[in-house]
Amino acid sequence: MRPILMKGHERPLTFLRYNRDGDLLFSCAKDHTPTVWYADNGDRLGTYRGHNGAVWSCDVSRDSARLITGSADQTAKLWDVSTGRELFSFRFDAPARSVEFAIGDALAVITTDNFMDHVPTVQVKHIAEDLDDQTDESALVITGIKGRINRAVWGPLNRTIITAGEDATIRIWDTETGKLLKESDKESGHQKTISSLSKSADWSHFITGSLDKSAKLWDSRTLTLIKTYVTERPVNAVDISPTHDTVVLGGGQDAMNVTMTDRRAGKFEAKFYHKILQEEIGGVKGHFGPINALAFNPDGRSFSSGGEDGYVRLHHFDSDYFNIKM
Amino acid sequence: MAAAAAQQKIRWGELEEDDGGDLDFLLPPRVVVGPDENGFKKVIEYRFDDDGNKVKVTTTTRVRKLAKARLSRSAIERRQWPKFGDALKEDAGSRLTMVSTEEILLERPRAPGSKADEPAASGDPLAVASKGGAVLMVCRTCGKKGDHWTSKCPYKDLAPPTESFSDRPPTSDGPPAAGGPAKGAYVPPTLRGGADRSGGDSMRRRNDENSVRVTNLSEDTREPDLLELFRAFGPVSRVYVAVDQKTGSSRGFGFVNFVHREDAEKAISKLNGYGYDNLILRVEWATPRPN
Repeated sequence: MRPILMKGHERPLTFLRYNRDGDLLFSCAKDHTPTVWYADNGDRLGTYRGHNGAVWSCDVSRDSARLITGSADQTAKLWDVSTGRELFSFRFDAPARSVEFAIGDALAVITTDNFMDHVPTVQVKHIAEDLDDQTDESALVITGIKGRINRAVWGPLNRTIITAGEDATIRIWDTETGKLLKESDKESGHQKTISSLSKSADWSHFITGSLDKSAKLWDSRTLTLIKTYVTERPVNAVDISPTHDTVVLGGGQDAMNVTMTDRRAGKFEAKFYHKILQEEIGGVKGHFGPINALAFNPDGRSFSSGGEDGYVRLHHFDSDYFNIKM
Repeated sequence: MAAAAAQQKIRWGELEEDDGGDLDFLLPPRVVVGPDENGFKKVIEYRFDDDGNKVKVTTTTRVRKLAKARLSRSAIERRQWPKFGDALKEDAGSRLTMVSTEEILLERPRAPGSKADEPAASGDPLAVASKGGAVLMVCRTCGKKGDHWTSKCPYKDLAPPTESFSDRPPTSDGPPAAGGPAKGAYVPPTLRGGADRSGGDSMRRRNDENSVRVTNLSEDTREPDLLELFRAFGPVSRVYVAVDQKTGSSRGFGFVNFVHREDAEKAISKLNGYGYDNLILRVEWATPRPN
């Protein structure tokens, strides 16, 4: 396959997200300007100007009308996808790290970092259909997690919120009461910071990637550990194929050590593993720095990776990928 | 042509002086045609060249369809969205999106089609190694074949390492400190404990230290003459007179190697400046040949 290289960002990529139809790809980077691309040919459709800090994550509504972004400038912003117009800005006391729309797009979960005196929080905001009704108030605030929360996502049917972060523990919270329901086992769970979390297409299970050089597959309801995928490098990004029994892990050595070692030593590959057999299927090379973001197209026929090198690489799978027999 | 250019210049002269040719508003808008059914897209742009001429630039590109995409109606609608933000200012020449020139393959950890023998243990280096060349793999520590490499030997700590035998100095003069550097650090062969220290030294003595150079020899001086002259000072191990290969005559210098350094010293002090065959000899230590 000949990947499409998209050089729209000047700083390392942080997050990639496809819309539900899989025709748009949203990319976030540390250069303040989230960008939207056509996911088939890589043409840039537009940029969302207004943030004043690194943008850590984004999510797009089901109808691809609205985009929400969380940024280090202590805001989360709502955008009109088609025009790039800023619709609303949620202000926080600390950088907003992870954002996600709930099913129905009426709620959004936003996490804020531990910053100066502030403890990390998970906040749920109402997203009003009419912009005039939009408020800054939080419907729910969850505190009590130590260490930065790198990712917070909605559980099945919006009943729970799943969080993962620096303390290497995955937690499931009740969305109604804000109570802690489940916590991952210290023994079987990750040993180091969880850097990424990605749900399967039906939200029944999710995968977490960690700096302990492994990725783990969990059940979304019971939080039982299903599978473990072991690699050679810290994992920065993970995703699950929506159509095949494949997971992809991306990472590489610490960005600060990249210049001190050989390029091959960095292992800046997107590694594909068989979801069930936990066996490595293959690797896709190309980035000059660690991979920070990975996303499968919802049609399962392509995937994109974003690296510390500022490039987004869009790969359309060859037929041999679909014919792999284990 | 030149006249036309001049005319253009005069016509737009004043404006150009005002602001460096920012006349883009005078140009017809950009036209994009296609892509047609063959995937050819035509972009027609207008710009002014350096001489102020209006130039029509037609760029024909082939749009490759990279994936069979069944787009939903809303996705097709999104195709028609006008560009916004920074993408609006983007011109056709800014190559933000490029197709990689390099063919990137999904690199399989093993050859496609080959069955994994032990799927569960494929990550185990030992299993991988055993798949490689089981016949060649012989452990030098415990002698087991096909099980592990020497470095992976489980009995490595129990069995005395084989290197220590060969490393032990066969002669008494090698102090144990010489083999002292921690294992793993590189030690040149001449400095290794096992190397024949004394032999090496005597070799060096013969070659460099006890070698005496004799210059200003007369042409008909031969090696026996030189040996005759120097034997008086002590045992001589080698005598050599440089001979011109073409003429067969002496080139006027030679080397004498003594077995003992003291004898060489004596010879130098006595024979340097000694008149021999109408010539005054010059005898000195032979400097080691620069390598």
